[in-house]
Parts: sequence; C-alpha cells; structure tokens
Amino acid sequence: MARAAVSRRLTWQVGQLVEARAETPTARTLVLDVPDWPGHLPGQHVDVRLTADDGYSTQRSYSIAAPADGDRVELTVQSVPDGEVSPYLTEVFAVGDQVEIRGPVGGWFVWRPADTAPVLLVAGGSGIVPLMAMVRARRAAGSRTLFRLIYSVRTPADAYYADELRRRVRDDAGLDVTYAYTRTVPDGWPGQPRRLGVADINTAGWPPDLAPACYVCGPTGFVETVADILVALGHDPRRVRTERFGPTGG
Amino acid sequence: MTPGFRGRPRSSGPKLPPGQYLTEDFPVLTAGPTPRVPVDRWEFVVTTETGQQHRWSWADLMALPAETPTVDIHCVTKWSKLGTDWVGVSLDTLLSDVETAADFAFVHSYGGYTTNLPLEDLLDGQSWIAYRYDGADLAPEHGGPARLLVPHLYFWKSAKWVRGIQLRLDDEPGFWESAGYHDYGDPWREQRYQGD
Repeated sequence: MARAAVSRRLTWQVGQLVEARAETPTARTLVLDVPDWPGHLPGQHVDVRLTADDGYSTQRSYSIAAPADGDRVELTVQSVPDGEVSPYLTEVFAVGDQVEIRGPVGGWFVWRPADTAPVLLVAGGSGIVPLMAMVRARRAAGSRTLFRLIYSVRTPADAYYADELRRRVRDDAGLDVTYAYTRTVPDGWPGQPRRLGVADINTAGWPPDLAPACYVCGPTGFVETVADILVALGHDPRRVRTERFGPTGG
Repeated sequence: MTPGFRGRPRSSGPKLPPGQYLTEDFPVLTAGPTPRVPVDRWEFVVTTETGQQHRWSWADLMALPAETPTVDIHCVTKWSKLGTDWVGVSLDTLLSDVETAADFAFVHSYGGYTTNLPLEDLLDGQSWIAYRYDGADLAPEHGGPARLLVPHLYFWKSAKWVRGIQLRLDDEPGFWESAGYHDYGDPWREQRYQGD
C-alpha cells in the first residue's frame, strides 16, 4: 500500500447549517458553513460531535459529499432506524443550528484530479456519498479521466443524487453510470432485482489490464463481496481502496 | 450546545473511553480487499534492529502455549465492544528469546498494511497473536488466520493478517499513522488523530 498524505492537527470547529436538501425520504444533505475550513480531498470524511444540554456528547463520522468549496462542507446523512445521531441530523437539525465538526480525516480513500488512471467507483446504498464527491470533483476540475460508477441500491427511490447523475452522464464526457437494484427494479428494467455479481462488475467496470483505480464503498458485506470480485477478476489488490459503513453508524 | 439534541438515555452501564459508543456487532475497518492466507503458507517473522530473524510457521505457533484473554476493544471509528473472547499466543512468549535493544515495533501484514507502536506496549501481558475469536477460528475479514491483539490501544493498532514485526531503534509511522492518525492511539486519552 502506498503512503497517504500527512495531515495537520485536527481541531473542533463550529459548523452552521446553511442549507438542507432531501435526497430520499430517509437521507438528507446538510450544507455546513465552517469558517476557516482547511479544504479537503474527495473521499475524505469528518467527525461530527453533538452535545446535549446536560453536557452529554457523542460523535459520528460522515463522508463529505462534495469537493472543497471555500468554507462549505456538504454531508449526506442516511437516517438509521433507532440511531442516536442520524435521526437528529435528518429530522431535527435546522438551518441556523450548529454542530461541532473536525476534519478532514482519511488520506487513503481519496481521488486526486491530477490522477489520470481510469477510475471505477462501486457504491452500495449510502456508500455513494464519498464517490459522489469524486464525480463532482472531476467535473469541477474539468478532468477528462475516465470514470465508471456502478451504483447498487435497493429500489429506484433509494438512489441519492439521481437527477444530478442523469445530468452528469449527459454533460460530463467520459462518465458512465450503471445502476443495480437489489429489491425493486424500475418499470421497463431488463432483469430481476439481484445483488451485484462477477458478470456485473466485469461488464460495467474496467478490464484489469487498464490498471484502474478502484474505490468501493458501502456496507461491510457489500464491500467484502465487491472487493473479492475485483481481486478474482485480476485487479491488483493495492489498487482497490475500500471504505465500509458498519451497521452501527447511526 | 446542539439545540434539540438529547441523545440516548444516559445509562449507568460500563464506562467507555471518551467519544465511544457501545456496539454488540463486530464491524470491520480495512483499507482494501481481504487477503486470504492459507495456514500452510503462513509465517510470522520477528526481525531485530540487527537484522536477526526469528520465524514461526503455523504449526510452530499452534505448539506454543495459548492464552484466552477477554478484553474490551475500541475502534477509532467510535465503536467499542466489551468482553470479547480470544485465543492467542502472548508476545511475551514469542519475544522471550529475542535479543533486542529496540524501543519501537513496526508491524507488517499480509496485504501490505502496517502500523507502529512502542515495543513496551507489546510486552507484559498486553498483546497477543490471536487466532480464535468468540469460540471459532478467526475469520479472514477480522484478520484471520491471525491478527495482532493490543486491546489497550485503538483497534487499528491490532493489525489484521499479521505477518511480522520489525523491531526498531526509531519510530516509523505505519499506514493510518502516515494518513494523520495518532502515533500512539490511547482511547482513554482520545488520541485519534495527530496532535490529539
């Protein structure tokens, strides 16, 4: 494994919610204004700390959904049933409210616009978030690097950023997006709902001899399966970067 | 501080390190695909600062006296899991015949992962090469066939798929440590990132 970037000391900063958007009935994008935000790379995440009025506090990590843009930090949070933090962030947290945030964290699961190798992104559910930051960073940098995104969701209604991804495929030359549905397929979809398999990754991904950079993000079982498939197809394990969302991310 | 945030009911349960929450699951934190290492090709190598090497095959490891630590583990991604049951060989046993003046250990794994810690944190009953978890052989996604187990530090120090330890006079940052994570990683002092 290659070395990742060295970062500086991370301190807690105050972020104020300036905008919120529903992505699905259970997922919400939060745009925070964080004065003096140091910037970040697509793929990195932040720690968010919430403190109740009796002083109790708790922290969670969330991936950043958009490339660096001044003091704006954009997160997309999936509400986890019975979660402690995510139901608050998706249902209660209101424009003007503040949280503590620190980051960016993680220098391995990142894509740099200067990288020119073809990129394969494989997202399971809310694992799309850091990969969307890469898709958006590619656009923002005017990069021509070839991108393929395979996005596995339970149903069409569970897809984040669906309209934007449609636009990007139309407008961003060299970006392909392939959906897979595990529970319900859209009307007119050729095939049954199913989990991603070898044939899907082989067809919608890149051949290993192109030495693509592969990024896989989603729930643990999904990431295990996809990473194993990529290695079995002949991809160099060192070029397969993974990020897992455990079942306890609430 | 955060208006309207109440959090979970405060329990009188076990005390956790700051910023951690309790899980009953055993989540996974890794940076890449899971290496599959057959035990007939597995070996564990300690290399001293003079270049002297000490090797153990899987059969060698199985022949050493095993311990059965029950320990709490704390992941930097904020989950903690209490009372986990392991079987493994103490590093005190493995290092008993190793002559070294080293202060630091640089741990290598199958798959290329590395991590660093002071040698003294591996000794005195504080660490094991663990090969069973919760009554079963250690699963590959949790680091099997064998992982380092150093429960008093954040769990990324407990390198999965451990392959060897280089004993060094100087400290060399490992994989996550080079990416901004703390060199030592004491959960009770919340040493998550550099400068914490």
